[in-house]
Amino acid sequence: MSNQLRIALWALGAPVSVGLIGLLISAMPLIDSNFFFTWGYYLEVVTTGLLTGVLYSLVALGFVLIFKASGVFNFSQGAMVLFAALFFVGFMDKWGLHPALAFLLTAGVMILLAMLIERVVLRPLVNQPAIILFMATIGITYFLDGLGQTIWGSDVFTLDIGLPKDPMFLMEGTFEGGVMVNQFDIVAAVAAGAMVIVLAFLFQYTRIGRALRAVADDHQAALSVGIPLKTIWAIVWSVAGIVGLVAGVMWGSKLGVQFSLALVALKALPVLILGGFTSVPGAIVGGLIIGAGEKIAEIFFGGYIGGGIEDWFAYMLAMVFLLFRPQGLFGEKIIERV
Amino acid sequence: MSTAPVQSSAGEAPGATAPILSVNNIEVIYDHVILVLKGVSLEVPEGGITALLGANGAGKTTTLKAISNLLRAERGEVTKGSITYRGEQVDSMTPSELVRRGVIQVMEGRHCFEHLTIEENLLTGAYTRKDGWSAVKESLEMVYHYFPRLRERRGSQAGYTSGGEQQMCAVGRALMANPRVILLDEPSMGLAPQLVEEIFEIVRQLNAEQNVSFLLAEQNTNIALKYAKFGYILENGRVVMEGDAAELRENEDVKEFYLGIAGGDRKSFREVKHYRRRKRWL
Repeated sequence: MSNQLRIALWALGAPVSVGLIGLLISAMPLIDSNFFFTWGYYLEVVTTGLLTGVLYSLVALGFVLIFKASGVFNFSQGAMVLFAALFFVGFMDKWGLHPALAFLLTAGVMILLAMLIERVVLRPLVNQPAIILFMATIGITYFLDGLGQTIWGSDVFTLDIGLPKDPMFLMEGTFEGGVMVNQFDIVAAVAAGAMVIVLAFLFQYTRIGRALRAVADDHQAALSVGIPLKTIWAIVWSVAGIVGLVAGVMWGSKLGVQFSLALVALKALPVLILGGFTSVPGAIVGGLIIGAGEKIAEIFFGGYIGGGIEDWFAYMLAMVFLLFRPQGLFGEKIIERV
Repeated sequence: MSTAPVQSSAGEAPGATAPILSVNNIEVIYDHVILVLKGVSLEVPEGGITALLGANGAGKTTTLKAISNLLRAERGEVTKGSITYRGEQVDSMTPSELVRRGVIQVMEGRHCFEHLTIEENLLTGAYTRKDGWSAVKESLEMVYHYFPRLRERRGSQAGYTSGGEQQMCAVGRALMANPRVILLDEPSMGLAPQLVEEIFEIVRQLNAEQNVSFLLAEQNTNIALKYAKFGYILENGRVVMEGDAAELRENEDVKEFYLGIAGGDRKSFREVKHYRRRKRWL
């Protein structure tokens, strides 16, 4: 199937399935007379979910980048999000820098960090099995957690980069009361979207992107055609660091910059299983499905089993996927020829 | 010694032209303990096809990797001797620097990038080039000219192409780097005889028309000696015999042990002559 056809199918299929699920839920009052449903409310729930989902995608994206280029599952992605957010907030609050300047400076820190990781951790471990590299990233996680908090302290910082936080109402004409969305969420979604488009282009069409994918497929062969692994890894980790920074700023503004930010990364796991570990679009779609799915589940069905579905819904969904489609929606099929 | 085709002096390069690549008495150790090459010397003349023959574990692949410097990624190390390319010492260069200078290896077992299309595979070969998109495009056309089959499959993922196509892709990818020397490791592996013949035929054409020199590691002695001008035979990490391909083909021991042509009565292994490493440096 060609790529354009696939994109068209998804563009058509996604709203249709949202509508179908809505239809199913709208039938609920037939069973339970206390069930509350209006289409405006449903849309509001879905939108909020999708916008949270974008933020999940952003974290997942960092994982995908590194996994694609080095075949390493980077356990420390969450720690990188926290680390970046801490530096950002530190530059802003303690040094009193302008947000834009703080962002650039933190990006520089992340690039430096990437180069350091490549030199100290990855280079000595070339050609080791993936599990060894994975263990090394666990080490990096603890190191980053410690280092960030040693430098900036372990208080909870509030992060305010001056984005509008007020809710706004869309489509007031169509639905009674309109659909309420948070302006901040929309800004976050646009930023994430732009980032994804740039990355997808980079991966698909540039010389570096090709080299990144080549390295992901076969380290040795990449070396043999003259692709320098050191450079490629430093680039990938830098990009993942910067993606982590964006995620850190967005999540930090939402939750405050604190240790639990590192745990946001856990939500990225089901996103990856859904979307496929090797696919940038997969990370996006996975994040959206999980974001919207968990909100719908919580709000419409939470009452029946005492609530709290939001916390585990993503993992359930991931499990179902592992059973029926282990490579995820967009993951690369494992090619095996005899 | 009448049948052992040992040339006399080191200065007399095979094929009459100056060597583009020469390996001088190298010793390779893996993991600091495993001695794999015990003093290998060989020369690749400019514009020639040179074969490196020997059984499994003789050290063919290690020799090639020592030259292209892929050894270090496998924890191997050249501990003695030197390797020069056009008079420049290259043993401490990264593979990337070597590719930029014109020495590229095609690894055993093809190693295409499975999830990239054939064309993308070829383009990765041009990673080190700095001479612009139009020059790269030209090379791409050149590769398609030699491997028309790759043009047909340009849009397919390499993982789904046949073994022969993958081997062509691997050679084509190396060509994209605009190399002067290609180190070709076991191109016949796992391919049907007819395909092997086809690939060697293309190697010959590339050698003649594009003036690319080849150093060819092969187990298939028969075909390698048919296409090469000069051959080295490795045994246990040592060069035990070298000579013009034609001479090697006629050598009784080569016939017996590598070509599988028994000359008359079966030899008793007790009488087999034991070749010693030729000590060039003494």
